[in-house]
Amino acid sequence: MDAQTEAGYDGNALAGPLSEVFAVELTTAVGRCRGCGTSSQLATLRVYSLEPGLVGRCPGCEEVLVRIARTPHAMWLDLSGMSALRIQMSNGSAAETGE
Amino acid sequence: MQAVPDGEVSSFLVGDAASGDSVEVRGPVGGWFVWKPEDSGPVLLVAGGSGVVPLMAMIRTRDGMDGAPFRLIYSVRDPEDRIYDHELRRRATEDGGLDVTVVYTRTAPEGEPRPTGRISIDDLVSYGWAAEQEPTCYVCGPTGFVETVANLLIFLGHDSSKIRTERFGPSGP
Repeated sequence: MDAQTEAGYDGNALAGPLSEVFAVELTTAVGRCRGCGTSSQLATLRVYSLEPGLVGRCPGCEEVLVRIARTPHAMWLDLSGMSALRIQMSNGSAAETGE
Repeated sequence: MQAVPDGEVSSFLVGDAASGDSVEVRGPVGGWFVWKPEDSGPVLLVAGGSGVVPLMAMIRTRDGMDGAPFRLIYSVRDPEDRIYDHELRRRATEDGGLDVTVVYTRTAPEGEPRPTGRISIDDLVSYGWAAEQEPTCYVCGPTGFVETVANLLIFLGHDSSKIRTERFGPSGP
């Protein structure tokens, strides 16, 4: 196991900060990696806690999909590593109806 | 409490918080590592150390329901590390369809037939569900534990989409 893996959290850790700014629960949403095309529930990303924020990487290729940084008065959200984000709108998680 | 090096919450609780302090808690948040009572299929819960906590929430939610059968495999270092010991013993007897197995990595209680050691493929075969029964698997614990168990489950033929994991960092049993 390399040092990077040992430091890892997962996308469940994104639920708190994302819930502060989004009306829907996003950790069950499915993001498509711009690098390798893998579709992953955000809860399954590999997450690194690096001050001042969090970095979520693709479980397929380790590309950065999500970056969240906090300043005293703002949250910076970088989703540019994803080409799309699929958000389930009815009851049930995106996993059960995944594409 | 166990302090995790560089851990934001545990270092505060161990180092700064004092008895009697008020703590504001947000949540619950997140919809992924969640079991819903309408899910009627079999469930495997695998806990490493304090990773049992969210799994216990599922066991308590299931209380009094006839639905999904649950099997919990709970890995601890020593007998005194068992969280919810009394409640889990009671529920293993009283809650129909709940099986509880504790595996010990360092010291086992007297008379425990299983040799001490980290959770193995044999444990998952003996105390879990066959992949053909398509259980939903919830695995929570330190990162290394979660990755080991998830890989063993995939090796045993479980569909990766049926394995849900929650890691809480590098430390643990």
